[in-house]
Amino acid sequence: MASKIKVKARITGDVADVQSLMMHPMETGSRKDPNTGELVSIHHITQLTFMLNGAVSLVANLSTAVSKNPYFRYKIRGAKAGDTLKVGWVDNLGQTDEVETVLK
Amino acid sequence: MQLTRRILLKTGLALATLVAMPRILLAAAWPEQAFTSTAAAEALNGLFGTDQTTPSDKITLGVPTIAENGAVVPVEVSTTLDNVESISIVVAGNPRPLAASFELLGNVVPEISSRIKMGQTSDVMAVVKTDTGLFSTSKEVKVTIGGCGG
Repeated sequence: MASKIKVKARITGDVADVQSLMMHPMETGSRKDPNTGELVSIHHITQLTFMLNGAVSLVANLSTAVSKNPYFRYKIRGAKAGDTLKVGWVDNLGQTDEVETVLK
Repeated sequence: MQLTRRILLKTGLALATLVAMPRILLAAAWPEQAFTSTAAAEALNGLFGTDQTTPSDKITLGVPTIAENGAVVPVEVSTTLDNVESISIVVAGNPRPLAASFELLGNVVPEISSRIKMGQTSDVMAVVKTDTGLFSTSKEVKVTIGGCGG
């Protein structure tokens, strides 16, 4: 399955400005299905990892309070064109997704 | 013959499980207790072992004064503090106050943006952990439409 994570990175000097957007419902567990009136069970990303050239640079632990289809932006020093950036998440149901890009 | 087949099946299954495991090794387990806490102080205790933070003007918390849609509230935290280990976002008025906690490893610049949900008008607090302690800054965000399903 194709990854549902989008990553965009821009390098200025030696700092990479990384923006990522991923598709995930981020259900709180307290929302009711408008059609059935039943609670939609909790389903959210628990941990998100950013890796630069195989080394973990940022770990984000998340709760349900992060918006649906989460967006993150961070900056990392010491990045250059040709470096590989890997983004991956795991959710509370054990599902995972990841994507790898080469910085330009 | 049967035995061999069973062993083969078992080995195959074990291998499949290994392959299915996330290839990205997680740095540490998700701090469940902190994230399922229903009070901000409890969440901080779960995450840092204390709920005492020092207010700091070296942390910039970028949030809107009025959020029209509580389902998508942009948050930006940056700091000029040295040796930042983690940045956490706590929304006091949410059913589960701890929204996100970022562990900064490697050469990450302490400047993080994301989007969060807010159930009601409340204070948003950014907690920055450095090698010298916990620092925080808060701002109130007024929410006109809640973002927690209501």
